[in-house]
Amino acid sequence: MRDILILKGRIVSRLKLLALLPLAAVLGGCNFVVMAPAGDIAAQQRDLVVISTVLMLLIVIPVMALTVWFAWRYRHSNDAAKYDPDWDHSTGLELVIWSAPLAIIICLGAITWMGTHLLDPYRSLDRIAANRPIDRDKAPLEVNVVALDWKWLFIYPEYGVASLNELAAPVDRPINFRITASSVMNSFYIPALAGQIYAMPGMETKLHAVVNHAGKYRGFSANYSGAGFSGMHFAFHGLDDAGFEQWIARTKASSNVLGRTEYLVLEKPSANEPPRGFGTVDADLYRAILNMCVEPGKMCMSEMMSIDAKGGLGLAGLNNTLPLAYDKYARRGTALGPEPSFVAGTCTIDEPQGRIAAQVRESTPLLGAGLKRPSAPFTPLGSSTSLLFGSPSKSQS
Amino acid sequence: MLTNPDIVKAIFGRLTLESLPLHEPIVVLTFVAVAIGGAVMVAGLTYFKLWGYLWREWFTTVDHKRIGIMYMILGIVMLLRGFADAVMMRLQQAMAFGGSEGYLNAHHYDQVFTAHGVIMIFFVAMPLVTGLMNYVVPLQIGARDVSFPFLNNFSFWMTTAGAVLVMISLFVGEFARTGWLAYPPLSNIGYSPDVGVDYYIWALQVAGVGTTLSGVNLICTIVKLRAPGMTMMRMPIFTWTSLCTNILIVASFPVLTVVLALLTLDRYVGTNFFTNDFGGNPMMYVNLIWIWGHPEVYILILPAFGIFSEVTSTFSGKRLFGYTSMVYATVVITILSYLVWLHHFFTMGSGASVNSFFGITTMIISIPTGAKMFNWLFTMYRGRIRYDLPMMWTIAFMLTFVIGGMTGVLLAVPPADFVLHNSLFLVAHFHNVIIGGVVFGAFAGIAYWFPKAFGFKLDVFWGKVSFWCWVVGFYFAFMPLYVLGLMGVTRRLRVFDDPSLQIWFIIAGFGAFLVAVGIAAFLIQIAVSVMRREQLRDVTGDPWNGRTLEWATSSPPPDYNFAFTPMVRDTDAWWDMKRAGYQRPLEGFKPIHMPSNTGTGIILAGLSTVMAFGLIWYIWWLAALSFIALLAVAIGHTFNYHRDFHIPADEVVRVEDERTRLLAAGAKP
Amino acid sequence: MSVAVATPQAAEPVFHVVDEHAHPEGASTMLGFWIYLMSDCLIFAILFATYGVLGGNYAAGPAPKDLFDLKLVALNTAMLLMSSITYGFAMLTMEKRHVGATQMWLAITGLFGLAFLSIELYEFHHMIHEGATPQRSAFLSSFFTLVGTHGLHVTFGIVWLVTLMTQVARSGLIEANRRRLMCLSMFWHFLDVVWIGVFTFVYLLGVLR
Repeated sequence: MRDILILKGRIVSRLKLLALLPLAAVLGGCNFVVMAPAGDIAAQQRDLVVISTVLMLLIVIPVMALTVWFAWRYRHSNDAAKYDPDWDHSTGLELVIWSAPLAIIICLGAITWMGTHLLDPYRSLDRIAANRPIDRDKAPLEVNVVALDWKWLFIYPEYGVASLNELAAPVDRPINFRITASSVMNSFYIPALAGQIYAMPGMETKLHAVVNHAGKYRGFSANYSGAGFSGMHFAFHGLDDAGFEQWIARTKASSNVLGRTEYLVLEKPSANEPPRGFGTVDADLYRAILNMCVEPGKMCMSEMMSIDAKGGLGLAGLNNTLPLAYDKYARRGTALGPEPSFVAGTCTIDEPQGRIAAQVRESTPLLGAGLKRPSAPFTPLGSSTSLLFGSPSKSQS
Repeated sequence: MLTNPDIVKAIFGRLTLESLPLHEPIVVLTFVAVAIGGAVMVAGLTYFKLWGYLWREWFTTVDHKRIGIMYMILGIVMLLRGFADAVMMRLQQAMAFGGSEGYLNAHHYDQVFTAHGVIMIFFVAMPLVTGLMNYVVPLQIGARDVSFPFLNNFSFWMTTAGAVLVMISLFVGEFARTGWLAYPPLSNIGYSPDVGVDYYIWALQVAGVGTTLSGVNLICTIVKLRAPGMTMMRMPIFTWTSLCTNILIVASFPVLTVVLALLTLDRYVGTNFFTNDFGGNPMMYVNLIWIWGHPEVYILILPAFGIFSEVTSTFSGKRLFGYTSMVYATVVITILSYLVWLHHFFTMGSGASVNSFFGITTMIISIPTGAKMFNWLFTMYRGRIRYDLPMMWTIAFMLTFVIGGMTGVLLAVPPADFVLHNSLFLVAHFHNVIIGGVVFGAFAGIAYWFPKAFGFKLDVFWGKVSFWCWVVGFYFAFMPLYVLGLMGVTRRLRVFDDPSLQIWFIIAGFGAFLVAVGIAAFLIQIAVSVMRREQLRDVTGDPWNGRTLEWATSSPPPDYNFAFTPMVRDTDAWWDMKRAGYQRPLEGFKPIHMPSNTGTGIILAGLSTVMAFGLIWYIWWLAALSFIALLAVAIGHTFNYHRDFHIPADEVVRVEDERTRLLAAGAKP
Repeated sequence: MSVAVATPQAAEPVFHVVDEHAHPEGASTMLGFWIYLMSDCLIFAILFATYGVLGGNYAAGPAPKDLFDLKLVALNTAMLLMSSITYGFAMLTMEKRHVGATQMWLAITGLFGLAFLSIELYEFHHMIHEGATPQRSAFLSSFFTLVGTHGLHVTFGIVWLVTLMTQVARSGLIEANRRRLMCLSMFWHFLDVVWIGVFTFVYLLGVLR
């Protein structure tokens, strides 16, 4: 029995060694980007990781120490220890063992509640870094992000340019990301900048962040999305203002054009695409991607949802589908179902040939598939359940 | 005749010669190895004329003990397959640096990690847990069998049928390349048009039927068949955790059934539940599957908690500290496990209030779990702890699980999850709780109850080798993943370009190697124990000085478990009986009413496998035919009213006299 | 010692049941079947939830008010409710051990069930013929799946009913058969309750919308 305990002592010391491993690694020059980020949001998230861990260690370390101590002290061969085979209850002790974790969880719960609200990716920034309030006069940088198979497209609506697999932003200027995907779910993640958020087809998520230190950082998809997933990463450049202006100018000078036709070529699956810029970008493209109506003649989701909110198109709507001629991968259907089709856009004055007027209408919120719709007399989807399916973007004026 | 493509398609559906991976050397070699192994086994069984024995005594058995053992064998066999996948992944990730593509292309690698997850959860952890519950619960409550013995046999074979389908996918066609939960739109027909996801769906559906029915069965058994005097608050803790687990099974597996059925409809008939177009909503799938998925985690861990409770109390020679709070903790965990599912996808953008609600409910679960941890601690306090194998696993569990619990609560803080979600930190976390909790628990349970099932203890030396390899290997394999997670490395990557990461993957690979040695040592342990069974023999039926009723009968127990149904006066019923001067009754035996064996279960499961195969490959005639056969056999079975028999009193007397003789012989030296 | 144990009046503790009756076969069947029904109930709950989430996504196609014929559905509901009542009569006559009357009521129940299924199939056929297929929109997908799952349950109920009628014809109202009829009774009434949910939430509220 003794040798087991000695061995156990050994494993405990081995555990301690393992606990030191991360430290050794830092000294060895590994890049703990989550622990040492370059953006204020990620830094606050790191702080939460550390605070929560320390809080929990308050109880975890005593438990581990007690385990080892009791395991040693009450070993069978130790006749000196008290043996009390019928002792199985102590109200005082019970109170302690329930209330100690409870106390920790109350603290952690409070931190969680505040942290979650303060670091909500949908929330506009109110500071650039600790003790550095935001400059209200300086407009944030708007970036529209599209996850494609398997590359990232960044559209800068303000500058009318776009870039593939390369993202740049000026240091200390807040960035507002609007994020969607073309086909399957991905997760947009730049560890040095801020936490990740899903990129989902037909839906829009948002992320507010700011980068505080110039440098080149890694961004990638953090949600497996198919064969080319491993190559789905990009460089994120934190640049000073002059550098950013240069970068924009360089991109703008590019002769690449990104219109609907070019997008339909671009979105076809490909992996490990080299970064490139697009000097001219269709101003309406992002809206069309989000509403899944880049293909000519296809009804936009925004239009579809406003029709649905008014009660659908009735039996007449049964005839407004057209056979699907184009599919990202190939034209294919289900074994027992009909041939694939899509809902044809209706020609309205606002949207001739299904195209949305360039002027963004903000009267109806932008919504994704199945998200909360504008209020209707009775919708089976209550507002409380809609919360579970991603919060729809609020209309902004 | 077979040149007309329409006829070929009608006969073989999607199945063509190209579906067989003949051009892939790894798969072909595996197939050859499996085929040779299978042929040797079949030849051996035929040579020794064991088929009849296997069919009569095992395949058709309705005895919960034998079904329990078969579940364990299924779990261990599938562990080898699932672990082979793990080793392949570790090797790939340790190699694919600096421009190297490793040795697996995306087509294979993506199947490997999907299969690893699916197999480990559904066909390793679930059978091990179900097997232990099946074996132990009726004995612990003093019952002769479960409530529905035939259903038990059927459930086992359905679970096996699911495992068989996953194994077939290795050699005929391919498995899913979607991750173990097969999120749409990726898993929908547009992006996964081949048979992989269909194998996934039908394997889980077939196995799910078995799991749900076995849940119903064990709930009924625990509620209805307890020995007189065993009130709910006198049930052994393992029985309590089993009850809660089975309630969770019955209340969560239907959700999986539905969500997979909806995905099936999307894939087969083109409905629009989880599509991007036509108003479908892929995120609903994510919600629904985690409404099943989170309780599933507790389905696995609760029985492990029960095992650790039994082991701690037995090997400390002491009553379990805080029985009542242990029971309430279990019940609270059961209920709360339904209120936390959203923490698996905080990053969907649900809004701060929703995220913090689910984050905090998740943290609340750690309170009863923490209470349990303290209960085990104070059970050890003032005990006399014997360090046999089950207790060693328990101590390793306590030290390991708290780390996993801590990182789990950390991941429940939404802003922290935003930086750690889907990273290797997450992978390390759930392996930390599943290996440190469920796997260690299963090994503790195997070491603890093996002498009950076979009448001899497991070899200690090889057990210790296995134990140390597993524990040390676990730390080597997963601590580097925590570190990598903090470096922002995400999961399911096939190739890497940052060379500074490689060393960590090599350390993790070394850990996987140690675990492989641990698994080998476990198998050697079983073989050595069987060979040395006479030295390891236990005739008392109570080798550990046990406390609950399963130790009151012989090892292995007779078919009828107990010659007389025990009367229970205390939580630790057997401990109480021993203290009160219990003497084994030697006369007055009566005939015992028992269920008869039936082959219906294995036939139904076999037909389900064929039907699933037909559906996977679009061989409609085969699916239809086997469905009709399925119905016919099921209905035919209901026309058999003679499903039971009596063990004559003479037979009982003979068995009990034999035990008396053995006990006397064992007591002499 | 065993003698002492076998005599409870002694001060010695009693360790086991001496005078044991065999557990009657099927003692847990009712409980087990209830638990199964609850798991089935969960299946419907999820389908209702799915309909709740997707039921308004018409994909610019038809809405419930364009498709549902309330009169037809009311007739359908009446068929199913009637079948529940007649099943109740079958159980009453079963308690009195009237084999013939039980069989008759079971047959009537089956016919009502068949009528229900036929009307439902007619409704489905009509909708699909018009082009309102399950593939047209998420609303129609969830509608057909919810109502169709209920219909499948009724179909299996009828198969089961026929099986039981055969068994009653062969071996009469023995205990095993009575237990099975009780189980089917629970199943049948359960489907009725689910249908009331379908009728209210899908059809009535759908047309009101």
